[in-house]
Amino acid sequence: MLDILGKRYIFFGLSLVLIIPGLILAAFGLPLAIDFTGGSLLEVRFESGIAPQPAEVIQLYGSLGVEDVQVQTTGDATIFVRSSFLDDTTRSQLISAMEGEFGEDITVLRFDSVGPTIGQEVTARAGMAIAVAAVAVVIYITFAFRGIQNSFRYGICAIIAMIHDVLIVLSLGAIGAYFFGWQINALFLTALLTVIGFSVQDKIVVFDRIRENSGIYRRLPFANLVNHSIVQTLQRSINTQLMTVEFMLLALALFGGVTLREFAVILLVGLFSGTYSSIFIAAPSLVIWENQEWKTWFRRGRGKEAVA
Amino acid sequence: MDLPNNPGIHIAGINRDIETRLGLDLVGGVQALLEADLPEGTEIDAETMRTATRIVENRVNGLGVTEAVVQQAGDRRIVVELPGETDPEKALETIKQTGLLEFVEMDYSPLPDGMIIKTDFAVDGEAEPIDEESPVEETIYHTVMTGATIKNVGVTTGPAGGYEVAFELTDEGTRLFSDYTSANSGKFLGIVLDKEVVSAPRIDEPITEGAGVIRGDFTIEAANSLAIQLRYGSLPIPMVIVESRTVGPTLGQDSLSQSLLAGMVGVTIMVLFMALYYRIPGVIADVSILIYALLAFALFRFVPVTLTLPGIAGLMLSTGSALDANILIFERLKEELRNGRRLSQAIDIAWQRAWPSIRDSNIATLITCAILFWFGSSFGATLVKGFSLTLALGVAVSLFAAAVVTRTLLKIILGYFKPVNLERWFGI
Repeated sequence: MLDILGKRYIFFGLSLVLIIPGLILAAFGLPLAIDFTGGSLLEVRFESGIAPQPAEVIQLYGSLGVEDVQVQTTGDATIFVRSSFLDDTTRSQLISAMEGEFGEDITVLRFDSVGPTIGQEVTARAGMAIAVAAVAVVIYITFAFRGIQNSFRYGICAIIAMIHDVLIVLSLGAIGAYFFGWQINALFLTALLTVIGFSVQDKIVVFDRIRENSGIYRRLPFANLVNHSIVQTLQRSINTQLMTVEFMLLALALFGGVTLREFAVILLVGLFSGTYSSIFIAAPSLVIWENQEWKTWFRRGRGKEAVA
Repeated sequence: MDLPNNPGIHIAGINRDIETRLGLDLVGGVQALLEADLPEGTEIDAETMRTATRIVENRVNGLGVTEAVVQQAGDRRIVVELPGETDPEKALETIKQTGLLEFVEMDYSPLPDGMIIKTDFAVDGEAEPIDEESPVEETIYHTVMTGATIKNVGVTTGPAGGYEVAFELTDEGTRLFSDYTSANSGKFLGIVLDKEVVSAPRIDEPITEGAGVIRGDFTIEAANSLAIQLRYGSLPIPMVIVESRTVGPTLGQDSLSQSLLAGMVGVTIMVLFMALYYRIPGVIADVSILIYALLAFALFRFVPVTLTLPGIAGLMLSTGSALDANILIFERLKEELRNGRRLSQAIDIAWQRAWPSIRDSNIATLITCAILFWFGSSFGATLVKGFSLTLALGVAVSLFAAAVVTRTLLKIILGYFKPVNLERWFGI
């Protein structure tokens, strides 16, 4: 039989290799969008086909008393302007000032303005909601698995693996931000929530097989039991992954609208990680806990006795 | 092999329903989050917030946006969503306007409170020229000054007991008011809010110091309410726009049509894969998913759910979990068939064994949804709310589809058709 558990430390290492570079990049500053930091984002297209120079736009903002302005121009006479939060009056003056300065024929594609306290609150509350959801999931799993030994471990291990998936997505976000100019925005948060929802659901399916098997193979060492369960659910994991991720999201990532493309790529990786971590993180964590392997981590010749 | 469900119809179904209610990130529009502009920690009573929400709703309705949403979020915020609104500046202007307060000349005959009148002051701040030839039966009252000249308002008790509303004017207001009251002592001065008479006190003496009181037969509530209206216009509490989002229609449309096409490609491959890999059960699963999709959309219409990008993400995830339920069962079915069980027995066992994992995994998702929904609605984070709502509804329907629809269909088919070669028909 396929021995997945025996190579668990290799897979842990693989995850770390994927997570650490992203987190190092993130440590240098994730480009949080105005959804989290507050500020304003204006995207305007000039129908005349001639976009003003960034310096002119900065000057226009300056005349309204807005100083920290960044302007980005794209090919089709469209400009992106990021600045601090604009209050009601400034916002309403801005467009008419722009029309007066650069010509009447402009189309506002997007104009977002988020107050600084709102931004902070979104971040804090979203974090809190996820934390509360995680605790609730641990409680539920402990309850649902109450028939077998150490049922709360299953909840904890599911959450450990979920955190793994969140870190993978954050790492991807940081890498995308560094190389492709992605913004960590509200859509990113949605992708993260989707990954979290999928991740927990997927863990329970694999754990369910362990739950069932522990009633059937009472004599089997725990590690073998877990490995057996993983292998039994492997085909399902692959097929579900193909259905939900590869087909749908690959199509979206390749042919979808611009706004959705980044979203689809994040989901593609995040949901893959959701399935991956059920097999290679969540289930092995149970075995590590059962064997209390951390006691041997810093000794020589570790891992030999781990898989019976 | 024939595919019983035509992907075209499937997509057409999605298409038709999607067009009924689309979020503003898909069709373009305006979203605003209003917050009570009072110091952090100030108690705001629920009734006041409800009144404010209702007033904002009335204003928004005046814009004529068909699917406008005005909702209270938490205890100090109001969410306004105007999908399809093409003039964002006008919309935001309308939402945040404080109501037009005017002091109106009334000579010696005060008008009753609540009466709607016409004045010569236009909303854009320019005095409208009085049309000399207008029919005489419609009186147009002259506006002396507007609420913009008021600096401060408070409630005090008068010398004879009873409550009074004291006000203080700006420099310009002081000058205007002083001139006017000196010339018109003894006449009535109408206080008019959005062209509706709020109160019509008499000018007892000239007010030259830029401060005065309005006396009347006020209860404390009435005095407070008048003071608030003088101060903030028609909203019972001051509200400011703390967040606003405008999405142009082109950006949303581009995203939507392209993504729909991409979705179609994805669904087609998925349907084919299921049929090829799982054979008979796969085709049945395809039908079951189609029924799931129709039910989910019917439910979305019924609730109703406005579809946004996060909402579609939630829907996709729940479709994934509907598929997962089918896959779980079929993998189990294959296992049981490989172990040499008879078909009908294998079907029963497959459902029985797969059910706990389907149930528990979906309940965990529902718990997560409930928490996210609570977070979304108490905070006005419509994005999170939309996601958790479609996901929860979708998961609930998918549970039904897996537990009932797929199984019933399989039993019906096998009632007519007894496959001999299980390897071929079940892909084991």
